[in-house]
Amino acid sequence: MSVKKVYDKQPKEFKFSDENLKKVEEILKRYPKKNKKSAVMPLLYLAQRQNDNWIPLAAMKYIANYLAMPYISVYEVATFYTMYNLSPVGKHFIQVCTTTPCLLRGADKIVKLCKENISPNENEISKKGNCSWMEVECLGACVSAPMVQINDDYYEDLDEKSTKEILISLINDKPLKPGSYRGRKNTSPEKILISNGEKHA
Amino acid sequence: MPKITINGKEIEFEKGMTVLQACELADVEIPRFCYHEKLSIAGNCRMCLVEMEKSPKPIASCAMPATEGMNIKTNTTLVEKARKGVMEFLLANHPLDCPVCDQGGECDLQDQSLYYGVDKSRFVENKRDVKEKYMGPLIKTQMTRCIHCTRCVRFATEVAGVPEIGAIGRGEDMQITTYLEKSMESELSANVIDLCPVGALTSKPYAFEARPWELKKTESVDVMDAVGSNIRVDTYNWEVKRILPRLNNEINEEWISDKTRYSCDGLLKQRLDVPYIKKNNKLQKSSWDEAINLLVDKIQSVQPNEIAGHIGDMINMENALSFKNFFKTLKSENLEFREKNFYINSDEKINYIFNTSIAGIEDADLILLVGTNPRHEASILNARIRKTFVQKKIPIFSIGNPGDLTYEYEIIGDSTEDIKKIVNNEHGFSQKLLSAKKPMIIIGESALELKSGGYIFEEFKKFLIKNNLINENWNGLNILVQNASTVGLLDLEILQDQKEKSSSFFDNLKNRKFKLLYLLGSDNLEFQKNDEFIVYQGSHGDRGAEIADLILPSATYTEQNGLYENLEGRIQEGKKASYPIGEALEDWKIFNRIIKKLNINEKSLNFDELRKEVLKTVKNFSEINELPKKSVIKTNNIETSFFNEKISVRELDYYYTNSISRSSKTMSECRQIRQKIKKDGTNN
Repeated sequence: MSVKKVYDKQPKEFKFSDENLKKVEEILKRYPKKNKKSAVMPLLYLAQRQNDNWIPLAAMKYIANYLAMPYISVYEVATFYTMYNLSPVGKHFIQVCTTTPCLLRGADKIVKLCKENISPNENEISKKGNCSWMEVECLGACVSAPMVQINDDYYEDLDEKSTKEILISLINDKPLKPGSYRGRKNTSPEKILISNGEKHA
Repeated sequence: MPKITINGKEIEFEKGMTVLQACELADVEIPRFCYHEKLSIAGNCRMCLVEMEKSPKPIASCAMPATEGMNIKTNTTLVEKARKGVMEFLLANHPLDCPVCDQGGECDLQDQSLYYGVDKSRFVENKRDVKEKYMGPLIKTQMTRCIHCTRCVRFATEVAGVPEIGAIGRGEDMQITTYLEKSMESELSANVIDLCPVGALTSKPYAFEARPWELKKTESVDVMDAVGSNIRVDTYNWEVKRILPRLNNEINEEWISDKTRYSCDGLLKQRLDVPYIKKNNKLQKSSWDEAINLLVDKIQSVQPNEIAGHIGDMINMENALSFKNFFKTLKSENLEFREKNFYINSDEKINYIFNTSIAGIEDADLILLVGTNPRHEASILNARIRKTFVQKKIPIFSIGNPGDLTYEYEIIGDSTEDIKKIVNNEHGFSQKLLSAKKPMIIIGESALELKSGGYIFEEFKKFLIKNNLINENWNGLNILVQNASTVGLLDLEILQDQKEKSSSFFDNLKNRKFKLLYLLGSDNLEFQKNDEFIVYQGSHGDRGAEIADLILPSATYTEQNGLYENLEGRIQEGKKASYPIGEALEDWKIFNRIIKKLNINEKSLNFDELRKEVLKTVKNFSEINELPKKSVIKTNNIETSFFNEKISVRELDYYYTNSISRSSKTMSECRQIRQKIKKDGTNN
């Protein structure tokens, strides 16, 4: 990880869409009126959703003015969390978990495949222009390591073969289904199927 | 009072203190980086770890509140080991480039690693690399040296009130920067240089100029505004290298404004080093004898009442008194020091000083600004208002629009009509003012300059006296003057019979009554030059020298001793740190030379005699560096006339207010950036 770079071609303006403005009102209701700046994180995420999965500076300013915060405070938050992208990402955005359990189970091989198939460096858009990847810290799915997150979905229990298939499907814009690639259902043990309440260990 | 045991010694402490403060009471030194008395507590450097009984881990003493019965140890092996460990971590990414670092010799990290650190590093990996950050023309950055104490971030947000510095990124990649690397838009920005415990933020104009141990340090006072900030002037040979703040909780705490700090390069530029005489419309170098002969001829060729004198903004009291005596021997009474004709009633001391006192602002529970922009007119005072605002959330109101003051205020009017309503209890605000226990009214020069300036002042004074808001314990009547010399000159009674001839100087100047105009360090007097013979006596080739027919070079405030009275009426001593340049002389010496030449049988006073006389003349004088004595308030009714006028706060070209700052390269850089921001629209 390094400090996120701010994209050099910034849009001039940003405004929440009407639909999102309604969501903003909902979000603001969660916090006491005098602490409305607490809403900075959900609002940044909303802005990211609205703007093709990245946050332009104009959006940070817009949110800062909306919540009556200094620009730098919003900027601090946006640079702190890996969840916020400050430059454009591919339509299929692959986040490879490389924290200890995933790494032990072979996340480095996934990273290598990403380098070969998508782009040689993190946060670079692929040649065809629809994918990008980055390494992230733990995504909380250690039980099905190694795993990647593609847009909103988890692809779990990967190996070299399945990863390559997934990556190629993404490049061809026909993404495969998310979930376990070793036939597991959710996070249940591989051989005996246990659902809640039955025979639990 | 609760008790705490520190290293086996039991001491009493005040409730609300932290363990670190309690340790200081016990004379135990605790190393620290992020903790600073005037800032909020961050607790992120971990240098102040101490051992507490019953706690398995060492605790951060700066963030731990002291409680009854705590047993703190600071000299155990555990503490020593903790300090060594923290220091090793801090130094892991620190470049250790002390030989090329400007902080060397006055660096907290250097000093503390000497006492508390280890002599070797076990960190063999590459050190972190951080790109340089632009923070404006005053602050030089070297961010690899940063240890992330966040003192600068807290200062900008809390004290300066311009939240523009922040920490971006996280973990090892955390970086301190201004928003998108813009220069910091504050008059107090350079204080982050003093706050920085390492060499990450250093002074740009002073970069690689000198080492701290080579400098001669002189404790003096500032004359850039009327606050009288306490400063330390650092000189190398005769050259003023830098100016730093001196701690004085009564006035400037630990801060000084950027103008105070960085005007000092103007002390070397544009200096007048020899007398000049205008010949064939050109100023030509001359000698003292020739210049004084010419001046004496001129004086003898005109009537005494055709001679006028104007005293500038940075003249100390001894020189002013000497000038007054000089004019007495010339039998001229046309003396003035105001740049614009603002209303001043010099009958009693409370009429022209900041009665609440700067430290007293913290007790106020309501502030009304009348035609003043304290942020530009007295930045340090504004910081104190902001401090009070932040701590107590007091309501602040303004008549006239001063712009961004770094705190919230409400504009309740913009005309003298509103003031009339307030003092007649017809305005909604009157009730708020009356219900406050310790209200402050701060009247600025912009209001006093109006035709109804007299009305504004006298009516507010009457109003406060009538409602018992000026009493033994509280005096909320404040005049905010802009020049360092103003209050002192009022005390020296430069304006004689003020009531009758309050505007005569300005009228006569306009009506071309004067044949000889003597400008003593006066550059800000705006008038149309006619056929007067203008003598300019001052230090810099500035506006005054431009129009002068005869120039006499004199010393600046760092080159002579002298008393200054700040806006609170506190007399402080400016000390000589360097020598006058070239053939320049102290002002009082020049007057004595002229008097000698004039062959008048008048005893001319030397410096010590002048000072004695000054201290005798000053009203309500108590002691040097102390507030003036309080006196019984007279209630003489002065009738003033009311005019319906708009009160607009005169915009001050902050970085360009006097001849020294106008000569300073640094100040003009700051000014350019400020103007550019204004033109392009600010980003924050």
